[in-house]
Amino acid sequence: MPMDNDKNIQEIRKKIALNKLRDHLFWIIGLLSTLIGFVLLFTLIIDLLIDGFPRLGWQFFTSYPSRFPEKAGILSAWVGTTLVMIVTAAAAVPLGIAAGIYLEEYGKKNWLTNLIEINMNNLAGVPSIIYGLLALGLFVYYLKFGESILTGGLTLGLLILPMVVIATRESIRAIPNSIREASYALGATKWQTVKDHILPYSFGGILTGMIIGLSRAIGETAPIITIGALTFIAFLPSSPVTSEFPFFSFKWLLDPFTVMPIQMFNWISRPQTAFHINAAAAGIVLLLLTLLMNGFAVYLRYRFRKRIKW
Amino acid sequence: MKNKRNNLWIGFGISLLATLIIGTISPVWSKGRIIKIDGSSTVYPIVEAVAEEFQKAKRGAVKVTVGISGTGGGFKKFYRGETDLSNASRPISKKEMESCKEGGIEYIELPIAYDGLAVMVNPKNNWVTSMTVGELKKIWEPAAERVITKWNQVNPAWPDVPLKLYGPGVDSGTFDYFTEAIVGKARSSRGDFTASEDDNVLVQGIATDRGALGFFGYAYYAENIDKLKLVGIDGGRGSILPSEKTVMDGTYSPLSRPIFIYVSKKSADRPEVKEFIDFFLTNASKLIKQVKYIPLPDRAYKLAEERFTRRVTGTMFGGESKVGMKIEDLLKLEEKK
Repeated sequence: MPMDNDKNIQEIRKKIALNKLRDHLFWIIGLLSTLIGFVLLFTLIIDLLIDGFPRLGWQFFTSYPSRFPEKAGILSAWVGTTLVMIVTAAAAVPLGIAAGIYLEEYGKKNWLTNLIEINMNNLAGVPSIIYGLLALGLFVYYLKFGESILTGGLTLGLLILPMVVIATRESIRAIPNSIREASYALGATKWQTVKDHILPYSFGGILTGMIIGLSRAIGETAPIITIGALTFIAFLPSSPVTSEFPFFSFKWLLDPFTVMPIQMFNWISRPQTAFHINAAAAGIVLLLLTLLMNGFAVYLRYRFRKRIKW
Repeated sequence: MKNKRNNLWIGFGISLLATLIIGTISPVWSKGRIIKIDGSSTVYPIVEAVAEEFQKAKRGAVKVTVGISGTGGGFKKFYRGETDLSNASRPISKKEMESCKEGGIEYIELPIAYDGLAVMVNPKNNWVTSMTVGELKKIWEPAAERVITKWNQVNPAWPDVPLKLYGPGVDSGTFDYFTEAIVGKARSSRGDFTASEDDNVLVQGIATDRGALGFFGYAYYAENIDKLKLVGIDGGRGSILPSEKTVMDGTYSPLSRPIFIYVSKKSADRPEVKEFIDFFLTNASKLIKQVKYIPLPDRAYKLAEERFTRRVTGTMFGGESKVGMKIEDLLKLEEKK
């Protein structure tokens, strides 16, 4: 029988060696897959930096678009982007948070909330151009907001609303039930529980969701083009602050606008290479903005998590 | 901690309030002094240049927006009364004339420049320097689809090289005009070609493919001379290359065309629109050359100015493109009015 045993051991060893090889193989495949994504992103960033970096300067941020590439800048584009983002946040965040709280804390589990839940998750995956078409019909033609900052902001607001709702729900769900029970045990109402415990504890997660939503919205081009904002704009919207009473104005909401991705799109479709360099430079600014926003989201999540002790 | 929580609630309240305000404000605010222009991407560089200089000259007192929706898309906004001016790389069509009538929009048609359509091949193409309209028709007509795929099928003197075609998108006025001038019927063309609204895609395609043939506006060629080879067009009187001279005197036929702006009569009564048109026609020649288009003779701008001042509405073309329009014909049409 010793012969048999030897054979057995050899077979087992073979099997182990094969499994180890497979393990290594998968390690290599995994590494390569990771690297491909990383290398692609890295090449893109390097390529943008080489093309566009020399163009970045004070003049680039303080000039209007122009037919002379060396005089052109992104002043109207970055102001437009900022204002549109303000409207987007103002529209999507309160609605999204309220909807999220309702679904998690108030809504009974029935077919209606199930339907809403399924729809929410599907909406998050709808292509952005669909939102553009909806906005064209609803905001531009029906409500007659025109191709304004208000239309742009509300459109992008709709786009990120599902994201805000989902982020809100997930961070509310992460709060242990014992917290709620403790609150109720002390005689707090549902609203008091939500206001004093649920919301403050989940606020980090909600903010993160909001910022990630905004950093997606900031780069969206398709819905903005659909509502008809592909335009040459060499002026700023009216100022939100005025010298007369009541010292602020909402006139800017209905002013025409342009945003960074649109400005890039416009430059890319020009024949002169000097405009393509401008587009690359605007791309760097946009990329930096997105990275900054995402970085801020990570920081917020970290800070809020540190503060919570239960 | 308590304070922070309060801040949180204040922030939440403010954003909720902002949403409410945004939701309830009605768009009754005066639009201020904004001139809205939209339409053809071919005309865009000219109007952009004029808008830039005009806004500089007015020191920001008047705002001008110039959109790119294509000639057809521009007219759609125009007859809904959303824009003051519409840029067009072809005359207004019958259908658009009717829509304007329905919308109660009267318009003044102003020719502003000439554009030549350039036909181009790859620089490595050493067998073609000129083509006849007949040869182009043989390549582009609908019957050629999936049949004419090699150069030697068009002309036996040309080599057995695959023929790859590039052209602007089917919604563009350029495509409309080319098909009308070459095939004989607007929008009638083979479908198996690379179509792109982005002329850069066409430039790249033609520049990298030895067997490529494509067409687009001359101004775009003028910016990419080193990457493309221009083909002379023989419209029956020998081969002619497009250039400022041949387009202007009408010998580059049938692929040169006038381009237009259409001014809404209602908007024309606003002082800032009137100023803009005056500025446009006075500075057209200089600015149009700068953006590599071909200006009309000075006399044409004077006639256009007159046409605008007298508020002559309607089109000179009766809803059709007139292929191979010479500048003289256009002027005669002008004077008849």
